[in-house]
Amino acid sequence: MIRRLLTRPTGCFAVVVLGLLVVLALVSLVWTPQDPFRADPFRQWAPPGPAHWFGTDASGRDIASYLLAGTRTTVLVAAGSGVVASVVGIVLTAVGSLTTRWVREGTAVLLDILVAFPTLLTAMLLTAVFGGSLGIVVVSVGLSFGVTIARVARGEIRRIARSDYVVAARASGVGPLGVLTRHLVPNAAPLFTVQLSLAMATAVLAEAGLSYLGYGAGSDTASWGNLLADLQTYIGVHPWSATWPGAAIALVVAALSLLGDAVRDATDPRLTTGDRAARGTAATDRTAGTPGPGGDRAPDADDPATTTPGVTA
Amino acid sequence: MSGTTDQRTARDGLEVRGLTVRIAGRTVLDDVTFTVPPGRRVGVIGASGSGKSMTSLALMGLEPTGAEVTGSIRLDGTELVGLRDRERARHRGSGIGMVFQEPGTALDPLRRVGAQVAEPLRLHRGLDRRAAATAAVALADAVGLPDPASLLRQYPHQLSGGQRQRICIAMAMAGSPAYLVADEPTTALDVTTEARILELFERLSTDRGTGMLFVTHDLAVLARIADTAVVLDHGRVVEQGSVRTLLDAPQHPATTALVDAARATARLTGGST
Repeated sequence: MIRRLLTRPTGCFAVVVLGLLVVLALVSLVWTPQDPFRADPFRQWAPPGPAHWFGTDASGRDIASYLLAGTRTTVLVAAGSGVVASVVGIVLTAVGSLTTRWVREGTAVLLDILVAFPTLLTAMLLTAVFGGSLGIVVVSVGLSFGVTIARVARGEIRRIARSDYVVAARASGVGPLGVLTRHLVPNAAPLFTVQLSLAMATAVLAEAGLSYLGYGAGSDTASWGNLLADLQTYIGVHPWSATWPGAAIALVVAALSLLGDAVRDATDPRLTTGDRAARGTAATDRTAGTPGPGGDRAPDADDPATTTPGVTA
Repeated sequence: MSGTTDQRTARDGLEVRGLTVRIAGRTVLDDVTFTVPPGRRVGVIGASGSGKSMTSLALMGLEPTGAEVTGSIRLDGTELVGLRDRERARHRGSGIGMVFQEPGTALDPLRRVGAQVAEPLRLHRGLDRRAAATAAVALADAVGLPDPASLLRQYPHQLSGGQRQRICIAMAMAGSPAYLVADEPTTALDVTTEARILELFERLSTDRGTGMLFVTHDLAVLARIADTAVVLDHGRVVEQGSVRTLLDAPQHPATTALVDAARATARLTGGST
């Protein structure tokens, strides 16, 4: 599956960018070019160069070091929101689709109401009550997306549960547990993956946005959102400096959104086993005696129709 | 199968008495009565919406949630109506199996077909993974699939319509059911494939003594596969008897309409009547 993921341009891009992000986050734990928080009044707005790769900001901090330290925040926010969203999503999906009718319907209504709360507003509300921190960002984005995922996944599960192949499996004697583990979960998983990757991308964006508004990470935490907020004030004078955190955020968000799609495509046998499918199933139905790879052929088309059944009058 | 003859004499058949299904106050099946004797093939015909598919689903206990089923379905003497789903599930696949209309959608697109055939084998025969895989190959061979070992490693989309329907039949036969409900099993197939799938059904019922309920709207298929038939119209049985009599001298307007429509089609396509 990993190999199939990497053979796709989008999957390759996503894996490389996110892999790099995680590696950089680990590196930043032990080493950064400079102390990311050390202000140097004599080196304000230094241009990019060997000493300061991405230059320095208004207080003379090294932008490269600060960005590097900020990867930790980004990874934490993306992963944390992903975990919270999955847990909330799975629990609500299960309650909303596998329980008795009244609980199911009640959950559906509740989900519809909860979906109406905007993510950022929830985060700002929670911040107003509990004070700003990364934890609040993670929890609020995770909760909001958990609810969104559950709402979509619930419909998907209900659709799959009514599908022909689930009815056929039940007709052959497969019980509720077998249907759940072998049909419902695998078939709903792609949708879940896509939604989850979107949740993580949104979490990174939300952290940047909330930090920008002053609701996110405190100023003692290195975060791309904080950096962007600082630098954008001077964008008319030093446009290149704000570009760095902006580009970093854009890159990671794009990689996260693409990852879900790429994983979905890489796990779908209809897309990955295309060598035979490319010939077209409709064509193999009727192509008499065409030997395919491995010598198999459509068995029902290799002798000509001898009779057209008619009604005996 | 040794002992089939002895079993056959001891078996009462699949007896449906006064089967009534109501969904949200609407009566979809009304007092339906017929019997499928062991090893015989009984047809169910009727226009769209006459209750054919509901009859097959009700026999399996797979009617939509909220449907109210009354009357009696006896499987060789065992009453099925009123059983809780858990007990009912025990008869699915082993007592009564079912083949669906659309082989394209009746298989899980994400699972290899071998796994889908092996699943009921493990459930009903208590085989372990490896034994079930071997049994699945034998079963695939029995339903006439070529090169079964490699074919079972394919995904549904890689097979032709006829091959998929054979896989579905293998799935339905995995639990060695005494009766098989086939709901328009050849409607989605081309004429050549249809003829060969019908052959397979005939062979299975003759060799294994499986009683079959064959739901169809195609009288040509009915004439070929079944000895007796039940005509459904608006959820009621309006006529039943030998297929020959039904086709030669239909009594009820619904039957007449079906026969006339079939004759008209046969004339258009130049088929013999």
